[in-house]
Amino acid sequence: MITLEINGKTVEVDNGSTVMDAANKLGIHVPHFCYHKKLSIAANCRMCLVEVEKAPKPLPACATPAAQDMKVHTLSELAKTAQKGVMEFLLINHPLDCPICDQGGECQLQDLAVGYGGSGSRFKESKRIVSKKELGPLVSAAEMSRCIHCTRCVRFGQEIAGVMELGMAGRGEHSEIMAFVGSTVDSELSGNMIDVCPVGALTSKPFRYAARTWELARRKTISPHDALGSNLTAQIKGDTVIRVVPHENTEINECWLSDRDRFAYEGLNATDRLLSPMIKVDSRWEEVDWATALDHIKTKLASPTIKPERIGALATPQATTEEFYLFQKLIRALGSENIDYRLRQADCELPAKAPWLGMSIVDVESLDRILVIGSNIRKEQPLLAHRIRQATKINHALLAFINPINSDSLVPTAKDYLVAPSRMKGLLLQVVKAVCLALGRPFADTLADISVEADAKEIAQLLVSGQQKLILVGSVARHHPDRSKIEQISHLLGELVGAKVGLLSDGPNSLGAESTNVLPGPSGLNAIQMIDTPLDAYFLLHAEMGGDSCMPGTAIEAMKSAQLVVAMSAFKDEVAEYATVLLPISPFSETAGTFINMEGVAQSFGPVAPAKGLSRPGWRLLAALGKLFEFSNFEYESIEAVRSVLKDSFDGLPRRLQSQSNMSNKLPAVSAELLLIERLSDVPMYSVDSIVRRAQALQLTKDALSNYAWLDSELAQELDVVNEDMVRVEQGGQIFDLPARIDPHLACAVIRIPMTSDASKVLGGIGGSVQVSKLQSVGAVG
Amino acid sequence: MSGVKLLRAEAYRAIDKEIAKYPVNRKSSAVMAALAIAQNELGWVSEPVVEDIAEYLEMRAIAVWEVATFYGMYNLDKPGRFKLAICTNLPCALQGANRTADQLKAALGINFNETTSDGSVTLKEAECMGACGDAPVVIINDREMRGKVSVEDVDGLVEELKAR
Repeated sequence: MITLEINGKTVEVDNGSTVMDAANKLGIHVPHFCYHKKLSIAANCRMCLVEVEKAPKPLPACATPAAQDMKVHTLSELAKTAQKGVMEFLLINHPLDCPICDQGGECQLQDLAVGYGGSGSRFKESKRIVSKKELGPLVSAAEMSRCIHCTRCVRFGQEIAGVMELGMAGRGEHSEIMAFVGSTVDSELSGNMIDVCPVGALTSKPFRYAARTWELARRKTISPHDALGSNLTAQIKGDTVIRVVPHENTEINECWLSDRDRFAYEGLNATDRLLSPMIKVDSRWEEVDWATALDHIKTKLASPTIKPERIGALATPQATTEEFYLFQKLIRALGSENIDYRLRQADCELPAKAPWLGMSIVDVESLDRILVIGSNIRKEQPLLAHRIRQATKINHALLAFINPINSDSLVPTAKDYLVAPSRMKGLLLQVVKAVCLALGRPFADTLADISVEADAKEIAQLLVSGQQKLILVGSVARHHPDRSKIEQISHLLGELVGAKVGLLSDGPNSLGAESTNVLPGPSGLNAIQMIDTPLDAYFLLHAEMGGDSCMPGTAIEAMKSAQLVVAMSAFKDEVAEYATVLLPISPFSETAGTFINMEGVAQSFGPVAPAKGLSRPGWRLLAALGKLFEFSNFEYESIEAVRSVLKDSFDGLPRRLQSQSNMSNKLPAVSAELLLIERLSDVPMYSVDSIVRRAQALQLTKDALSNYAWLDSELAQELDVVNEDMVRVEQGGQIFDLPARIDPHLACAVIRIPMTSDASKVLGGIGGSVQVSKLQSVGAVG
Repeated sequence: MSGVKLLRAEAYRAIDKEIAKYPVNRKSSAVMAALAIAQNELGWVSEPVVEDIAEYLEMRAIAVWEVATFYGMYNLDKPGRFKLAICTNLPCALQGANRTADQLKAALGINFNETTSDGSVTLKEAECMGACGDAPVVIINDREMRGKVSVEDVDGLVEELKAR
């Protein structure tokens, strides 16, 4: 420990701390631009110059190590003169355009210029102009003359996003922040560059010129797009969420947000928001009041043609825990056990362990061995991928992927073991055997005939060494028909090598659904069965069959054949195709609720904006439906009343998840089927839920592409296919033609067609054997 | 850019030699040498060449671009057959570099950073080359240095280049 004095106050800091750290500990603000607590020290803005006794000149607080008995003055005449001098230099080339600058009012340079800048400029020469840069649909760099070259954005790319997309070209007065010629910023964390930019050089493209910071109300909420549960500050102008920025939570998202969490708010203001209850009468939609809509449902359900046990209930993990609880309670009271939230799982076999991370999010940084199975983790859980990158940096963690597609994890030492989706379980079994051999443990008879290849030996070597280990099972594995087998082998493997097993789930609240039992009862049908055998009536909670189901075509047909389809949704366009009653419920931003994230932490939030139109919070609607049917125990007047019932399931959840018993120690039987060409059916990161699918800016990014068939290079060569050629894909007797792209990152003989693409409406959205042929273009005939 | 090599095999061998001077996993340390080797071969460093070097050294193209744009010695535009760079830093300036430069401009009919219409000579303003004893200093094509280039020497130098 080091003791030093700043402005006469004594403070004790750890060895290796800087003067800036010490000042922060004392709550003394030292003006700065380039310093950022999560980034490396650059000391290039010089704004944090302070006076240190016995030092011959002012020193930068951010880069000066604290020393024993140091005496620092941040407000002395020398310090202030130095800071004023730096400010004058910074302002020499900074345009005086605060009135038209998006950053105006929330600009560190503007704020500090008030304190340290002169009222006029002594600089009479011309200011330099920096040309605008095109960085893609999310980050605007239209006014690069405002840049003060702090290089925070560059360091963010290198150190946090893991990929250097911006750099500072040129030297001295000719320095410019830019992407390489013709490149854009494509990182899934790129929005954070807007936050770290201390001036108005990098701004949010969707938010540009939409509001002034002082017009905005700020309310805290939780992100509903992935299982991390990032804390958000939603900023509201009038009744509209107009921007989202991170709310710092060191346990979860730190001060970062993924682009999905940050820019998805545009979906909340989509043009097809459902604003009134609607009933389909003679295939025409009629707007009705709430009472009429609810009575209509009651009358319909009373009809003898709808049997209680032939009612299906499908929810997506975007629902709040309160909604989940009331939803299953209502459906069970109606007499049905057909309840499920796992719309994307091809394999809904029970029992399964609740999908959780197996540890806390923070602890991921202290891991030293990580095996990821079937996940493009950067796209699936962007900020968890960031924690993993930190583990490889801080802890030199070794990382391996068993994946059908190169996971592009931005970890230089990560190793990809590319296998076709159906071969993931086979490779895992080999790893189990290799681990048994390495540890000198006996192995099951079923493993006797399996030959262990070099890849499996390498992975086994990785897992038997090291101390803190995690096996992560991602969505590619969880959506695959082999899900339960892969999970079972992973759990067994975890037990063998002493690794935690994490199951990455869809949406923000899979654990909420599990803890409120939004799962089929003993005689009930699961999600895929409810679609395969059309039922009399369906209740949909936030679910859009086209985008949320793994069998979109079949699901839509099942809905169309039902007598009653009650869609509780915030959006109209998709559900209007097959529903018979539309009930407008609030998206997360307009309701109170609770999400339970991947580490089992329940985070409650309130509405950040008033409900649009006649829409109502889902929990209120479900409670009202319960009362309408005169079921007992549906008297909930407030969200707290619902929550009090759930309190027990929230408290100590991580501990209970930790102690889940293993389902079975037996290895599943794995048949070695040989598929010639196999389809990988993934969910692109900007198709995950109904809100994201409507966020315009995100849909313009490269990651949003979904209506293509991506072929591995070898397959493309074999079929003589180049980019944009049309190919015909045949799966399960169905045929679909779509343009092709070549993706050298795919495993051999794998064709990637996303689950949420139009093709899935015809082919289904489950991976499996496919046939591919090149279509001759019409123009080439003759 | 994958796979397409823009330099001759000897150039990559020369880059390999530079890489060998640094610890393993520090390939990027050879970036300045690699750029110089590329420029020596092609006369300049184009954007595709930057991408090629980036791939070879396992760097991001923007990181190579930062280096290429930082140093004045890398030609980011295709120069004429001869690149004449005259130092205008203090010692050279005291010895009349600016007068020599003016004479060069007049004789060639171009300004700094321009190329003669026949594409033979590009004139550049350079920073100190560490040969201040010979000020003013002119360097031809990054390799051939001339010292004490006075106003009177300019016509001869231009004639000589034209004759080559």
